[in-house]
Amino acid sequence: MATFFGEVVVAPSRAGVDDEEWAEDAREETPEDREIRRELEKKRYGEIDVLWSLKSGASSESSAAQPFVCSQFIVAIGHNAAAFLSSFILDSVCWEVVGVVKLWNEWCRTSNTTNVLPTDSFCLFYRLISDPTVLLCQCSCYVAEDQQFQWLEKVFGCMQKEGLQVTILSTCPVADYKTQESTLTLPAPFLKALKTKEFKEQICCPLLEQPNIVRDLPAA
Amino acid sequence: MFVPCDRGGGSASSDFKGFTLLMPAVSVGNVGQLATDLVISTLNMTKVGYFYTDCLVPMVGNNPYATAEENSTELSINAEVYSLPSKKLVVLQIRSPFIKNKYRPFCQTLLSWVKSSKCARVILLSSSHAYQRDDEQLLGTPLRYLLTPDLEKAVGGLMQELHWKEMEKVAAYPGINDTEKVLHIPGGGITKLLFTESCSEGIQMAVLLKFCSEGDNIPDAFALVNYLNEWLQLIKSEVSASNNSTDTSSQWKIPSSWRLLFGNGLPPALF
Repeated sequence: MATFFGEVVVAPSRAGVDDEEWAEDAREETPEDREIRRELEKKRYGEIDVLWSLKSGASSESSAAQPFVCSQFIVAIGHNAAAFLSSFILDSVCWEVVGVVKLWNEWCRTSNTTNVLPTDSFCLFYRLISDPTVLLCQCSCYVAEDQQFQWLEKVFGCMQKEGLQVTILSTCPVADYKTQESTLTLPAPFLKALKTKEFKEQICCPLLEQPNIVRDLPAA
Repeated sequence: MFVPCDRGGGSASSDFKGFTLLMPAVSVGNVGQLATDLVISTLNMTKVGYFYTDCLVPMVGNNPYATAEENSTELSINAEVYSLPSKKLVVLQIRSPFIKNKYRPFCQTLLSWVKSSKCARVILLSSSHAYQRDDEQLLGTPLRYLLTPDLEKAVGGLMQELHWKEMEKVAAYPGINDTEKVLHIPGGGITKLLFTESCSEGIQMAVLLKFCSEGDNIPDAFALVNYLNEWLQLIKSEVSASNNSTDTSSQWKIPSSWRLLFGNGLPPALF
């Protein structure tokens, strides 16, 4: 691609990274680079842990726990959705903390405690004391795209999936919304929904129109 | 990896023995993916399943091929499989890029799925950076093809009849040693990897690619899908009266998801 000044610039491609470039990177790596990369990978993938505190109060690894029965699972992803739950749903009387996800990536590290501040990055699970099959997840940390699959497998791997209804709450910038008119005139904020065909209940808002899509952890 | 949809047909809908698998490579201009969208949309193909994979960036939306209120609410994700048994055609559409370092595992899983589902052959739609063409490639058609040795035996003759141009190899060490030639598909994403793996695994694969640049790639998609149609004859080509050439551009149906590719409407206050 030539620019006005005549120099040739490599255009960023929607194809993503060319495999030739990847192969070149591998060749130029020194042993120290390789070691750093290995450590980074271990930290990113090895440290996605879901820790549950069972009835007895003891913490246990997700793998040891029996899949527990869950009828409703509400997941709030992102600061706004997490704040919504904190403001309108959660309180220390009706809900108890039953789990936490620990993860690390270049953008955030989850807090170690369950007594979190709204500005922390965290991913906590709450259970309704009056109905222990209702589970809530507040995830205000950024889950990187290569960690999303693991997050899903580890979290949903602990739950029995029959009879489970999952509700995902999330927010997107209005500027990302694709519509014929300009987004400047849209009455924001507004709600849109996506649902699987198995979801038979009424939805409280219109469905997300084409060509809009959902990305990241809510999509995963 | 492949998860079939639960439809009345059951396992019959995921039996692809002898079918042609058509799929895009995520490549420059997303031309392969756009062309695949045209095929699925025009032939009104039925979704028969999806790929459950950790190799692609997640995304979800409503049916991109919706034509009416009734069919617009089916969820659609990043890797889905459509089929048209009457033409023995199965199509894989990929809608998002690869997650870093995951393209190799994806290729391996894909090729083993191709073998296990007994597809007869694979056609990969792709593209390559136009600015990397050499002097000869700048002239003439921007469309190229490649065939694995196993498929060359079957359809090599047809390519000659169609006057198609095979993708040229380039010098491995330009300027130093011009005799050693390698295949080089810049901007082609996983095209070269899939092709070389298919050659060594005896899979019948054809690559159809177009030289292009990033921008409005809809015309490139039409060119590529018409190129494909010269071979597969998926839709009838009308002989255009004005220039006496076969031009099927008007008969491909653009999916509703191609709306607003270049942004929203403008705020009136701008003017």
